[in-house]
Amino acid sequence: MSETLDLTLKVWRQPGSDAPGRYVEYKLTGISTHMSFLEMLDVLNEQLIAKGEEMIAFDHDCREGICGMCSLMINGQAHGPDTGTTTCQLHMRRFKNRDTIVVEPWRAKAFPVIRDLVVDRSAFDRIIEKGGFISVNTGSAPEANAIPVPAHIQETAMDAAACIGCGACVAACKNASAMLFVSAKVSHLSTLPQGQPERASRAQNMVAQMDLEGFGNCTNTEECQAACPAEISVSNIARLNREYLRAKLCSYE
Amino acid sequence: MAETATTVFNSRVPEGPMAEKWDRCKQEMKLVNPANKRKKKIIVVGTGLAGASAAASLAELGYQVESFCFQDSPRRAHSIAAQGGINAAKNYPNDGDSVWRLFYDTVKGGDFRSREANVHRLAQVSNNIIDQCAAQGVPFARDYGGSLANRSFGGAQVSRTFYARGQTGQQLLLGAYSALMRQVSTGRVKLFPRREMLDLVVVDGVARGIIVRNLITGEFEKYSADCVLLCTGGYGNAFYLSTNAKGSNVTAAWRCHKRGAFFANPCYTQIHPTCIPVSGDYQSKLTLMSESLRNDGRVWVPESQSDERRGNQIPDTERDYYLERRYPAFGNLVPRDVASRAAKERCDAGYGVGPSKQAVFLDFRDAIARDGRHAIEAKYGNLFHMYAKITGEDPYQVPMRIYPAVHYTMGGLWVDYHLQSTIPGLFVLGEANFSDHGANRLGASALMQGLADGYFVAPYTTGHFLASHSLPAVSTDDDAFKEAMANAQDRNAKILGIQGTRSSDSIHRELGHILWDYCGMSRERQGLETAMGKIRDLRDEFWSSIKVLGQGEQLNQNLEHAGRLADFLEFGELMVRDALVREESCGGHFREEHQTKENEALRDDENFCHVAAWEFKGVGNEPVEHREHLEFVEVPLATRSYK
Repeated sequence: MSETLDLTLKVWRQPGSDAPGRYVEYKLTGISTHMSFLEMLDVLNEQLIAKGEEMIAFDHDCREGICGMCSLMINGQAHGPDTGTTTCQLHMRRFKNRDTIVVEPWRAKAFPVIRDLVVDRSAFDRIIEKGGFISVNTGSAPEANAIPVPAHIQETAMDAAACIGCGACVAACKNASAMLFVSAKVSHLSTLPQGQPERASRAQNMVAQMDLEGFGNCTNTEECQAACPAEISVSNIARLNREYLRAKLCSYE
Repeated sequence: MAETATTVFNSRVPEGPMAEKWDRCKQEMKLVNPANKRKKKIIVVGTGLAGASAAASLAELGYQVESFCFQDSPRRAHSIAAQGGINAAKNYPNDGDSVWRLFYDTVKGGDFRSREANVHRLAQVSNNIIDQCAAQGVPFARDYGGSLANRSFGGAQVSRTFYARGQTGQQLLLGAYSALMRQVSTGRVKLFPRREMLDLVVVDGVARGIIVRNLITGEFEKYSADCVLLCTGGYGNAFYLSTNAKGSNVTAAWRCHKRGAFFANPCYTQIHPTCIPVSGDYQSKLTLMSESLRNDGRVWVPESQSDERRGNQIPDTERDYYLERRYPAFGNLVPRDVASRAAKERCDAGYGVGPSKQAVFLDFRDAIARDGRHAIEAKYGNLFHMYAKITGEDPYQVPMRIYPAVHYTMGGLWVDYHLQSTIPGLFVLGEANFSDHGANRLGASALMQGLADGYFVAPYTTGHFLASHSLPAVSTDDDAFKEAMANAQDRNAKILGIQGTRSSDSIHRELGHILWDYCGMSRERQGLETAMGKIRDLRDEFWSSIKVLGQGEQLNQNLEHAGRLADFLEFGELMVRDALVREESCGGHFREEHQTKENEALRDDENFCHVAAWEFKGVGNEPVEHREHLEFVEVPLATRSYK
């Protein structure tokens, strides 16, 4: 059954990266519970345009939970209250009539705010650039079945490779650590046979870049795992620590 | 009616037997020596499967590449949302597959409206793609022995689809993205995220650069190069509601069209049969449920009209498994266009289910009983999860409700065998071109085409272009750059200056309704003529009453959307015109006037076995239609039958 909600929104508005920001309160009425959270923001933006106010800027693209572009702190939780769910897949049936909802951007030193709810996550790309790949030029690949990969190894790699790079792990972490993100890529590639040749340099170089970007350290609070819409496990962080230690102690590189 | 030019196209398809054409082409192509490659600059617009793979491969060869995307990171391009899989002719299951059979299925699936030689090449390189991706660490599904697993997809009787759970597009794109980022670290690729291409710069008849808007600062920027690769995806968002990402748009392709690139077959739109139905007026996009679900799910509607019971309460004797009934040979695995029209037919006849009555059931009851819940969960877990999140219903307990939605566009900029458009130096890859899927794309073929173009075709053909042209140096201070930049700036300034009353969203929704109602799953003359007038009126309304707030010199999503919408309003008219002129039914283009007694699409090979390539003649002016005749030598023209 479709019901409707009346809501109060407190949204972070910030005109630019250097300008001060503040919360602005908006009232919304008659919001269908079948709407997604972003559709609710669309409705609000339409009302703002009608009133002659600039719309709230927020990042979004695929709206089906896979591109990793949407990024909101909703009532202090990255991607809102549902587990394993991106903001775009969060639906208003999760909220109650007359709720007050606080909406903020990701907050982390390494993710500066660009405008309103939009942040700069290019630090993630720079980390991948340092080693989040297997060096194989186009055309030089062997026959795909030449290297068998046991099904359980492939499953472990796939679990880690499912990371959508949204940055919720960083936003949820009190230290703004990017360990879950980095560990997911290191795990994905270091568990597969194809990823072995660069295993040591990958772990070291990606961690070095992570530190350079100003992400914090991991203190095993596991908030990242709780917030992750792709349900990436913190066991990847343990694996990253092992990979890093192994690289430092045993590598010839 | 529009003027038809009798231009004979040089599609540059090599002579010789089909199976040898691509090898012959590669042998005859000129090469750029390694020292000279370093001096050549190539612009790649878009970072989806086609764009990322092309940029990475070209940089590996030594070219200087500049890569642009409107998203905040190249990893977010919409290829990432592809679920089901990627086809290849590996024949690992030993079920009789071959390059020829993949080629045959794709030509037939496209309802004989694609270019045979391009499709054959696609099938040939399909196996290299799987090798390349496996080597990059793409975690394709595997059997217990560690070898790669396959599943079946619509339009084929063999299992040739490789997959990574329900996230194949994500994994393939992350593979291409990782190859791209590796080249960024070598310095051979420069990344320009959050840039939107707003014009193509043509110097002496050759594509030599682009104008982009920096979406953060709002500044316009000029970039020059020796050639430009356009990998900017399809135009499905003209319909407003589609399975495309919200940002997907036709702007880059359309602006190239306005600079002289012909637009081919814009009326070919794929309406995907398995999407979550529309739930309300606020709906911002539609979500696809992978076609792979039709492997195990059975599609049905109640036998009696307006049956109000829940799906799981309707007994077998009162169900109509209409795909199995109408198409016993392919059953639930008929191609997408056939499955979509069959769903529409049942709903139009009053057998639809759910609150809107615009839905049919996709039921896993029998598959769960046969294989167990665990097996179904392993195959489709994330899709079931997504369905439950969006609808609030548990698909393990009650059948899913699905309805067709706009998903993919087979039309695109016209390209020759080298993927070069009618503007020399402008190459078009992936969904943005028209060449490989004819009038209907088979499932798991889009990923194949994007990567084939990017990894294995464009790196050769662009090299040949660069080796065979001695291009003078151009500076971004040249007049052509200034003119293009002023053109793009003026357009934005004009949009900002109107300060009318209507939001871009409201006009876009209206355009979507017009296209869906008159140029959607079925089309007829009168409706198309009505649509043409309505689109022109709506375009006028846009230019007199659009309301965009904020400034141009800032992050302004309102302005971005309005700019894209302005192009959709011009493009939409061409789509309708193309549908009007094509007086036949083929693949995704179904003209009600042209159907068999059993309501199947009726092609007219005598008069329409051609590509319609449109030449721009100014907004509001009639475009000129050029025709490339299609010859079917290897796969003789035949009526598609999936019965």
